Amino acid sequence: MISQGKQKIWSDYQKEIPDDHWYYVRSCIRQNFFPASEKMFTEITKKVLHKDLYETPHHTTCGGIAYHCDTIPQETAMTIVARQFALMTEAGYENYVPSCITSFGNYAEILETWHEFPELEAKIREDLWKACRREFNKPKYLAHSSDLIFHWRNEIAAKAKHHLVNKETGEPLKIVEHIGCHYAKMFPHKGVGGAEYPYVLAGMIDSWGGQVIDYPERRHCCGYGFRQYHVKANRSYSISNTWKKFESMEPYHPDAIITNCPGCPYFLDRWQYVIAEQTGKTYGENGFGIPVLTYEELAGLVLGYNPWDLGLQLHQVAVEPLLDKIGIEYDPKAKYVGLNQEDLLRPELPSSLKCF
Amino acid sequence: MTDFGFTLTKSSTINFDSLDNHLYKRLCTIEPDAQICMSCGSCSATCTAAPFSGMSVRKVILGLQRGQDVRPLLSNCMLCGKCTMVCPRAINTRHLLLTLYRIYD
Repeated sequence: MISQGKQKIWSDYQKEIPDDHWYYVRSCIRQNFFPASEKMFTEITKKVLHKDLYETPHHTTCGGIAYHCDTIPQETAMTIVARQFALMTEAGYENYVPSCITSFGNYAEILETWHEFPELEAKIREDLWKACRREFNKPKYLAHSSDLIFHWRNEIAAKAKHHLVNKETGEPLKIVEHIGCHYAKMFPHKGVGGAEYPYVLAGMIDSWGGQVIDYPERRHCCGYGFRQYHVKANRSYSISNTWKKFESMEPYHPDAIITNCPGCPYFLDRWQYVIAEQTGKTYGENGFGIPVLTYEELAGLVLGYNPWDLGLQLHQVAVEPLLDKIGIEYDPKAKYVGLNQEDLLRPELPSSLKCF
Repeated sequence: MTDFGFTLTKSSTINFDSLDNHLYKRLCTIEPDAQICMSCGSCSATCTAAPFSGMSVRKVILGLQRGQDVRPLLSNCMLCGKCTMVCPRAINTRHLLLTLYRIYD
């Protein structure tokens, strides 16, 4: 498709994103997978961009992970979400921003369901009152945290210490963007750019100096898909989908992958190890894999944060080749030194995938 | 090579114009519940025979939909019924397999 056509489709799917005053809810699993990502989001929002972002330790899971694994019915997830909205209402906020893509999809689905079936919303309000004597207003705006970084991408670019450019050649780095399925495939009008041409991560890459890679399986699922992975008998299906994506992007020689979902970066990162162990094949240069970053980690790198403070040592695929290309300085000896100089110990190295 | 308990599989292509899935259609007329399977894999995950034989009710249903011969898989079922107990769609998978035996006979 010609680029003007894409621009037109993207312009049809732009959503209003308020600039300030957001109520933030964290993901159940992201802090285990990529522990500094959410911390970096709050750091960028509050300390770098000086925005008002409120969060409370009283919030819980949104129930989306159990709902999508078929272990709880939607009405249970709705009551959990109603309590989350009650916490937002009590804190005096109207703009709701979840860290997780599945949460975003869960909230969007529930708000849409309540819009179509008001009697169900009334029942959930009654259930919430019976359960914990709480009442709630629905959020005026719902956005995913990647929407906010997208909204502020040019402010971040203005403060950038590094750009997504190969320091040796001066060429833009080739970046694959991968959007979580629950971002816009369920409700295209809720995502920036719709389901087919989501611009949320591509916009960040464009603003920060990189080049977006278009490849045949760009919109394919990362392979996680909840039951595809959680049911061990289905894991072959999970990894085969990831494999299909890597085989499709390989000819374009991407320098990195960025994602906006909890599961996608985890599986695109870890499955590279499993694929290498099973086939001996690696997809990066010189026996390395393709580094997979969350958008917060990439924003942190662009803003000049120490890669080890961003938690990049916890990735399976070594990030050092990417850091070297951008020209980010790092101390290899400090890679496994944690907070308070605590030794994080060294992981066992894989047999095929080259790591440090 | 490390054994993770699962392997990579290549994508397959199904030609719907030449597909012969009359056995699946026949199964659906006798056991309409076969149509409400959502391929979640809970049956496969709980199957006692699966780790030893590759038995999977999910594979049986998918195979029939794709016009494949699933008799080799069927012969591994011990009819213990665990898959029926865990099916989130409450499909009587054990009865479904017995019906399939009768169709093949």
